[in-house]
Amino acid sequence: MTSPVTATHADTTTPARQQVAGAAAVTSSGLTKRFRGGQIAVNNIDLAVPAGSVYGFLGPNGSGKTTTIRMLLGLVRPTSGSHTVLGGRIPEDSQAVLPRVGALVEGPAFHPYLSGRDNLRRLDAADRTADPATCAERIGGALERVGLSAAAAKRYRNYSLGMRQRLGIAAALLQPRELLILDEPTNGLDPQGTREVRSLITELSATGVTVMLSTHLLSEVEQVCTHVGVMHIGKLVAQSRLSDLRAQSAPRIRVQADRPDLAAAALARFGLTEIVASSDDVTAQLGSADPADVNAALVTDGIRVRAFGLVPVNLEDVFVTLTGEGFGVSG
Amino acid sequence: MSAAEIAAAERTEPLPPRARRASSRFLRSELKLIFGRRRNIAGLAVLAAVPIILGGSIKLSNDSGAGDGGIFGQITSNGLFVGLAALTVELPLFLPLAVGVIAGDSVAGEASVGTLRYLLATPVQRTRLLAVKYTSIVISAAFAVLLIAVVGVGLGLALFGAGPVTLLSGTQVSTGVGIWRLVLVCGYLTVCLAAFGAIGLFISTLTEQPVGATIGVVGLAIISQILDAVPQLSAIGPYLPTHYWLNFGDLLRDPVATDQITPGLISAVVYTVIFLTAAWARFGSKDITS
Repeated sequence: MTSPVTATHADTTTPARQQVAGAAAVTSSGLTKRFRGGQIAVNNIDLAVPAGSVYGFLGPNGSGKTTTIRMLLGLVRPTSGSHTVLGGRIPEDSQAVLPRVGALVEGPAFHPYLSGRDNLRRLDAADRTADPATCAERIGGALERVGLSAAAAKRYRNYSLGMRQRLGIAAALLQPRELLILDEPTNGLDPQGTREVRSLITELSATGVTVMLSTHLLSEVEQVCTHVGVMHIGKLVAQSRLSDLRAQSAPRIRVQADRPDLAAAALARFGLTEIVASSDDVTAQLGSADPADVNAALVTDGIRVRAFGLVPVNLEDVFVTLTGEGFGVSG
Repeated sequence: MSAAEIAAAERTEPLPPRARRASSRFLRSELKLIFGRRRNIAGLAVLAAVPIILGGSIKLSNDSGAGDGGIFGQITSNGLFVGLAALTVELPLFLPLAVGVIAGDSVAGEASVGTLRYLLATPVQRTRLLAVKYTSIVISAAFAVLLIAVVGVGLGLALFGAGPVTLLSGTQVSTGVGIWRLVLVCGYLTVCLAAFGAIGLFISTLTEQPVGATIGVVGLAIISQILDAVPQLSAIGPYLPTHYWLNFGDLLRDPVATDQITPGLISAVVYTVIFLTAAWARFGSKDITS
């Protein structure tokens, strides 16, 4: 990556970072978890999930996302570092802060011999901040919201994977929340269910709820997230607005001309690299060049340009660059 | 601004959802879970079947057993003794098994299904979770003991009537006094089993396998009774968790013989305190990876 592009990137993220510092739903500094075997699951990460954002917590399986989420919720103690959730420290302020957080951690888990509704009742009974008077109403609302009303009386053991996932999301929505931490919420859902969950996330986000969405699916991040943090082998290798991350990738220009071969030659003379010409157009790595200069050079060389523009960035390439290998399983 | 500073700045704001006043909602939910489970209902049915089999078979065999003088010998003279005899029979294995199943399942069961992480993220304070779990173990133990006693006494009174009760010391008392003594016996056994349940709770925090925890705690009860029966090991006897259990018979003497009951209660309290503390220390800082 060329230096001016990096500089531009730094400039554009500065206001974003300030906003993050102003109101952060989740922060961590130097958060590290080393398990007893000596394996480092999470390595010195500094999370900043801005309030009101939909934060895509992206990484391949085994990259430390779930361990991070367990630490955020106080289930696992960090080896070192600290973190805050909704401004409260974990675990000290857990009792005050966690009622405002809905979570789906490593898949849904419920008592198999209880019905969906009874399972939600049990969770609600355990919540000291829950009002028993509104329990039935809230449970009904949550079940309705995830489309599970018809199966509410069925035993959990007879639920399909998708229904289990929906019940898990319903549990996260039992109370009005300020932050939702959803770990792979579309796992096991059919395309229709996946769409429903995505629109639910968008809907909740519109009401001001911060959503931290852990996923290994890039498409999910592209469709619903405003911010992204990329995990790779326990490290947070990138964290920014999604748009900034796009800008960070090396841009390419695409020129449509009557004679693409001549256009390619002109671009080469201008000093652009990775030139690919087809019968109709030619693309090249823009590098640090100003697109206006490139256009001017083409015109000077007498190339008849029909269309000229930047190629939309393929995020997948960005992530492959960041993680060095794409989305396999981290060791 | 560092993360810590942000935290400090935001911590001064009042945090909206407040814990409501103490309620038994979680405990009731826990009891519903225990007593609504088919496996546990079947277990209770087995516990209740013992006095029925005992009373029924003695009635049918028409053997008065008189002259024996012990709890079993008195069954035909007063229905109360069916309950006492059933408790005596079930104390070595069935009652520890019942408590072991509930205690073993308490934390390990939630861990194995994965519901433990959701309870803690709700959030339920870890100490509160243990308190609710332990309270429900004690309630289950008391319920099991009372079930055996009530079924036994009910059936016994129906089959053999309510004559004067001859206590183990030979004194005769009224049925009313006899019932009062039976209540004391149930209380004593509940305290003993509550101590055993504390051991079970601790073992349950060590594993994610509820069956393993149950086997461990029931095995412990059996080993303790075996060691207690070896004369050469009589020196360690008083320190074993099951040592004083069968001394409940002392509550059926006149006056009540406290020389074994008192150390029995002390032993139970000491075991309870030690293992509840151990469970709390273990569970309070445990990483929940289930």
